[in-house]
Amino acid sequence: MFDNLPLWPTRASTTAGSVDALFIFLVALSALVTAAIVAIIIVFAIQYRRRKGVVAEQIEGSTALEITWSIIPLGIFIMIFVWGAVIYFKERTPPRGATEVYVVAKQWMWKLQHEEGQREINELHVPVGRDVKLILTSQDVIHSFYVPAFRIKQDVLPGRYTTAWFHPTKAGTYHLFCAEYCGSQHSGMIGQVVVLEPAQYQAWLSGGGATGTLASNGQNLFLQLGCATCHRSDTQGRGPNLVGLFGKPVQLEDGRTVTADENYVRESILSPGSKVVSGFKPIMPVFQGLVSEEQLNALVAYVKSLNPSPSGAAGVAAAVPSDAKPQEPKVQ
Amino acid sequence: MATAAITAERENYLNQEYGIKSWLLTVDHKRIALLYLLSITFFFFIGGFFALLIRLELLTPAGDLVQADTYNKLFTMHGQVMVFFFLIPSIPAVLGNFLVPLMIGAKDLAFPRINLLSWYLYIIAGVLMLHCMLTGGVDTGWTFYTPFSTAFSNTKVIEAGLAIFISGFSSILTGLNFVVTIHRMRAPGMTWNRLPLFIWAHYATSIIQLLGTPVIAVTLVLVVLERALHLGIFDPTRGGDPLLFQHLFWFYSHPAVYIMILPSMGIVSEIVPCFSRKRIFGYNFIALSSISIAVFGFLVWAHHMFVAGISLYAALIFSALSYLVAVPSAVKVFNWTATMYKGSITFSTPMLYAFGFIGLFLMGGLTGLFLAALGIDVHVTDTYFVVAHFHYIMVGGAVMGYLGGMHFWWPKISGRMYPESLGRLAAVIVFLGFNLTFFPQFILGYMGMPRRYWQYPPEFQVLNVLSTAGSTILAVGYLLPMVYFLWSMRYGKVAPDNPWGASGLEWETSSPPPTFNFDTPPVVTWEAYDYEHIPAPQEARSGG
Repeated sequence: MFDNLPLWPTRASTTAGSVDALFIFLVALSALVTAAIVAIIIVFAIQYRRRKGVVAEQIEGSTALEITWSIIPLGIFIMIFVWGAVIYFKERTPPRGATEVYVVAKQWMWKLQHEEGQREINELHVPVGRDVKLILTSQDVIHSFYVPAFRIKQDVLPGRYTTAWFHPTKAGTYHLFCAEYCGSQHSGMIGQVVVLEPAQYQAWLSGGGATGTLASNGQNLFLQLGCATCHRSDTQGRGPNLVGLFGKPVQLEDGRTVTADENYVRESILSPGSKVVSGFKPIMPVFQGLVSEEQLNALVAYVKSLNPSPSGAAGVAAAVPSDAKPQEPKVQ
Repeated sequence: MATAAITAERENYLNQEYGIKSWLLTVDHKRIALLYLLSITFFFFIGGFFALLIRLELLTPAGDLVQADTYNKLFTMHGQVMVFFFLIPSIPAVLGNFLVPLMIGAKDLAFPRINLLSWYLYIIAGVLMLHCMLTGGVDTGWTFYTPFSTAFSNTKVIEAGLAIFISGFSSILTGLNFVVTIHRMRAPGMTWNRLPLFIWAHYATSIIQLLGTPVIAVTLVLVVLERALHLGIFDPTRGGDPLLFQHLFWFYSHPAVYIMILPSMGIVSEIVPCFSRKRIFGYNFIALSSISIAVFGFLVWAHHMFVAGISLYAALIFSALSYLVAVPSAVKVFNWTATMYKGSITFSTPMLYAFGFIGLFLMGGLTGLFLAALGIDVHVTDTYFVVAHFHYIMVGGAVMGYLGGMHFWWPKISGRMYPESLGRLAAVIVFLGFNLTFFPQFILGYMGMPRRYWQYPPEFQVLNVLSTAGSTILAVGYLLPMVYFLWSMRYGKVAPDNPWGASGLEWETSSPPPTFNFDTPPVVTWEAYDYEHIPAPQEARSGG
């Protein structure tokens, strides 16, 4: 019977279970509170309905009661807040070593780039049991990456990266929705997330026509665009040395210190004048409008791959610097 | 009968002058209230018509009734019309306008001409909005999110933005008028702690209108300027920030929900004591809760943005503050319930609406707890769960209260009684139709159906069909009162001055009241809700 009326979304990630647990608790609590108040109203309505000769008893109120029914809900609310916040904290903190997938949203399409170099449109293949971190950006308006089966949603903004992550637990094909209204074909901006068993995923990976990893594509771009002219891997360059930069604090010319995350690298490529590294001149040309979002993602992936990678990000990053470094100085 | 005939002939605000000019140039708050009543009812049915088209489109998974672009315009204009041209003015501009001076024993509002000006601003805004809708419409969603609204939509964003900008001034002026009136024009003896809670609710509402509306005005001007002149305020390629818009928008639009719900709570606080024949339980706490809702309401806006890209810590703070605002709302529900204890309860139409309000507001409020919980919000925000939640508050809450109030004060406004049995029937139909329309949407949302979808995967169809079925029942429930209110103006029983045996100065004067409200200026020597000393209506008239 429930085949035609499924009332519960599939639970296909580690997050889904914890979200559902709090949801079920809240449903139970709400049902209880609603039933209690409705029951009290019904009892009062019957017990104290107007009857001949019975006059209402005037009661002003009760401070003790008011305090009680303020404090008890407040206590419950604080508990719900903490519970919800703990889940959110996990949702917003991608685990180290997660496989990274770059997502570019545009009216009305999802474009996805795997670290391994595979590119997909409106479809995302991931293996069961591996942490997947999404690095999302939009080419035009705000979109939102929503996979109900994983209970995750993240708005995708133009001009910056947002991130999300999930850990699929069950093979299957799940809806990918755009959840932020984005124009005419908003409801057509849907796709699917295909969660595969690891072996199948390997088969899928090798079947795709990827030409080099994302980072190696980024490296090619890095050379083509002449970035390597100034960003040398020694201390002689006119631009900062990018080796080992990612994730580190950077001292800026104006005295601020920022962390070199994806958004910093992105901004420094598109509009280098915004955050000039201390000790360097603002001489880098602006790349806003000269590189596409996908190219930008490849460049960011390349800069990340220049890290010695202590945590071993999926093995791909480890492979890239080894063949990237020797080439770098040759360009000059 | 003899007294009734005399009442009908007595000079009152309705029969003192006739002719279109006497209405369009009136400065009488009661006539202006009726002008508002006509105009917001007009917009309510336009917004409702859009809603029915939306529901019809969603009857089937495929987008087959209207084009995608048309659908997007329908939900946009449904939202804009219902929020800015119906819900925000509804209770304050109609019932508030009519009742604030009466309830505090004043002849009129402090600034009668400004009151008329505010109606004209509303009409100018409304005409502009109608023109916008008839010449192509707008498709940004009522939320105008940038950069879609500023750089991508090719519909009439500027015109719609200006219409809402102008309607904002109407709202500000009404709020200003109420604040000054409540401070300055209370009758002798009408101290702050003798004010009806309806007045407290409107006072809190007015503060929000005064402090919040200028922010949406500025925001819309920025959208218009950005769209026309490409300033780059919200455009990341020019160094702007699209999220800035969301902060500004919700800084007003979250408190705006309290502009809709607080007056409705004020109405329930009048109805429940009257039909329980009791003073209200916890007067001070209800009054205080209105003010604290107004204040806390300004501190929770970013709970609309938990997945929008705000920082983790900002999200934590806004989640916590959102739970704080839930406490005074809960306090009100407990107090209304406690008011019934040891009362002498009757079940007239207004009381049925008050029951409906409490039930639906309770569910709207409880599902608000779900949405304020960060981990759950990530899954259900921008889905039908949110759509259901805010309809439970804004329609289940605000509109139920509005209808309850319209029935409660209709005898005072029109001098006629509406047909009681039809009234009760309509209240039950609205309650059932509402739940059938919106309850399935909670489930749809948790299953993952995003809002603003023109077409949807087939597994969501059953619940959508239920919702559409409910909306047709709801439509009947809303049409009924309009029909019998009109009917009663000619054929209804002539209303006595105080048909419910209610407390409050508005019931001391005749029905309908004379132009200057009171023949002799009232002096107040009693507390609000002094039901101990007011005879129940059965003792005054037969039947029931």
